Amino acid sequence: MHLHKYEKVWLTFGMASLVIFLLIIGFAAFWKGTHPQSHLETIDQNNVEAHDSFKPENLGLTEVADGKYKVNIVASAFNYDFGVDKDEKAVKTIRVPQGSTVLFTITSKDVVHGFQVAGTNVNMMVEPGHISRYEAVMKNKGEFTIVCNEYCGIGHHQMFGKVEVY
Amino acid sequence: MDGTENNLRLFPKKDARLYMSFMYVTFVSLLVGGLMGLLQTFVRSGRFTLPFNINYYTILTVHGVILGLVLTTFFILGFQFALMGKTVGISDKQRNAGWVSFWMMLVGTIMAAVTILVGEANVLYTFYAPLAAHPAFYIGLALVIIGSWVGAFTNFRQLYVWKKAHKGEKSPLLAFMVVINMLMWVIASLGVAIAVVVQFIPWSLGYTETINVLVSRTLFWYFGHPLVYFWLLPAYMAWYAIIPKIIGGKLFSDSLARLAFILLLMFSIPVGFHHQLTEPGIDPTWKFIQVVLTMMVVIPSLMTAFSIFATFEITGRKKGFSSLFGWFKKLPWGDVRFFAPFVGMAAFIPGGIGGIINASHQMNALVHNTIWITGHFHLTIATTVILTYFGIAYWLVPHLTGRRLTKQLNKLGIIQTIIWTVGMTIMSTAMHIQGLLGGPRRSAYSEYAGGAQVDTWIGYQLAQAIGGTILFIGILLMTYIFIKLAFFAPRGVEEFPIAAEDEDAQKTPKILENWYVWIGITIALIAFAYTIPMIDIIKHSPPGSVPFKWPIGRM
Repeated sequence: MHLHKYEKVWLTFGMASLVIFLLIIGFAAFWKGTHPQSHLETIDQNNVEAHDSFKPENLGLTEVADGKYKVNIVASAFNYDFGVDKDEKAVKTIRVPQGSTVLFTITSKDVVHGFQVAGTNVNMMVEPGHISRYEAVMKNKGEFTIVCNEYCGIGHHQMFGKVEVY
Repeated sequence: MDGTENNLRLFPKKDARLYMSFMYVTFVSLLVGGLMGLLQTFVRSGRFTLPFNINYYTILTVHGVILGLVLTTFFILGFQFALMGKTVGISDKQRNAGWVSFWMMLVGTIMAAVTILVGEANVLYTFYAPLAAHPAFYIGLALVIIGSWVGAFTNFRQLYVWKKAHKGEKSPLLAFMVVINMLMWVIASLGVAIAVVVQFIPWSLGYTETINVLVSRTLFWYFGHPLVYFWLLPAYMAWYAIIPKIIGGKLFSDSLARLAFILLLMFSIPVGFHHQLTEPGIDPTWKFIQVVLTMMVVIPSLMTAFSIFATFEITGRKKGFSSLFGWFKKLPWGDVRFFAPFVGMAAFIPGGIGGIINASHQMNALVHNTIWITGHFHLTIATTVILTYFGIAYWLVPHLTGRRLTKQLNKLGIIQTIIWTVGMTIMSTAMHIQGLLGGPRRSAYSEYAGGAQVDTWIGYQLAQAIGGTILFIGILLMTYIFIKLAFFAPRGVEEFPIAAEDEDAQKTPKILENWYVWIGITIALIAFAYTIPMIDIIKHSPPGSVPFKWPIGRM
């Protein structure tokens, strides 16, 4: 098949750029470990409390080591359950110091939800029967809104929380 | 036969009636779906509440289903039937099959639409399980898909009959392109059809208790990405084979166009995981493999860009030019049949770049399910594709009705294109920026917990309402132009512009028409990209999900 000379130049340049681009994202994914979340870990969505991470007393923020935190969450229409505070009131804000490493672990009791800490790379689908995890370093100070970014029903826009980095 | 003479010959009435029926549904959909879009931007501005207790997610579902599935599918089938009729002809039997296709799709559409409007299917056009709509919604969707298959097999038959009568000749380029697009559509929609017929319908009717959520999502996205190529390829048909004629030139290269379509067929399907990059149940290595396959569509896109601009330059230079880019000025900017698709092509440059970002393994994490994505497909589908469809309608509708695109209507078309461009630039830019700031898509107005971050979003939502209003004015104008072209423009003959090949063009290699090879490679690629992860997904399944009705407001 005949190809114009300039077209050959253009396609060679284009394909070379594509190869470089794919090498960069492959390098970042496999050598630097920046895969998107994927945990292939299943759970019975009708009985999430049976899993250690989602027992009522283990929900919310826990410091696991100096500067290292984990946050366990159960999502359901239309609420994120971060556990309760000392006064038995539902926690709505997670507070961590700047620079801390936070592992978010979340599952759904009912339908598909999203979990995004807006303005960060923490962005996961939350599906019934699966556990979603993402670890992030909280580099910037400020208040970050957690939004459910996958449509989960007519109260979807009322499902949110907050991460405060101080 | 001389190409131009055939281009000017009108269709027999009974053929034109079939093609026009698809166009009527298209433009009614545009008006209804566009109105829903306008209302959405109003609600999200925070200054407006819907009357009569109408739910935001009802109008969001109508908007997505009517514009994303109904308008596009009806336009494409009608346009492609017209292309086949022009290039290879249609028999009485085939025309009847065309009507069967039309009525199945229309009945399905009405079923789904009524179910949505009475509030029994607030599930958006992705209808993710385990949100459970009324069974009539899924049955309606199944009818639309199966109806479109009837259309597809009629097109295959049309080319087959022509080939038998023209032994050894190469098929007309546009008929070849239609067959590629419908092949891709049938192979891809098998996924969603299996999900709807095997999973959703029995589950929503109560015959099966539970549904495998991740399997249904994977089947949906197996279809969901080729779907956007199904919208795009008819626009490519116009760019490759029709625009050159409108600007007074010739086809750039028959074989290059065919090769681009074949590559799009092969690389449009085994790529669905890039819509599922942030899902928990899929192995990251397979996600990456599908990202690589996704990026392969860059190659036919670059080929298309080159050949289109080459046609522009060659044609412009033939008409006389003065400098390196002088030919650019010689293009027929005052002809809406050229101008509207050209703006569409220009929008595809930022649109395509956005697509590369979305499909990337990690960059997607920042934008996944934010309103950036909405901004992206309002550039690609709602600008590139739709302006090209409008560009086609300006000559196709009068050709079918035996009327003329008058100077005045042409001018209105130019104004329409400018309104569309202004409205979309405002709306889509605001969406892109708000998405980068973390604003979610598919959400009614909410101030969330309040705070500085959410305040930054609301300003952009106001801008979207302004853009949306301008766009709706564009839709009203387009509807007016359509009605004029269909019923009131002066009688006459409007050309069906199909570009001819250069006399000294090189022969198209035979291999490009070897269907066994290309379908075989496509199936092999799909098997490679999906077999192992699918086994994985099914083997590591959680318990199935029962239907959830109350979250979508069904008691």
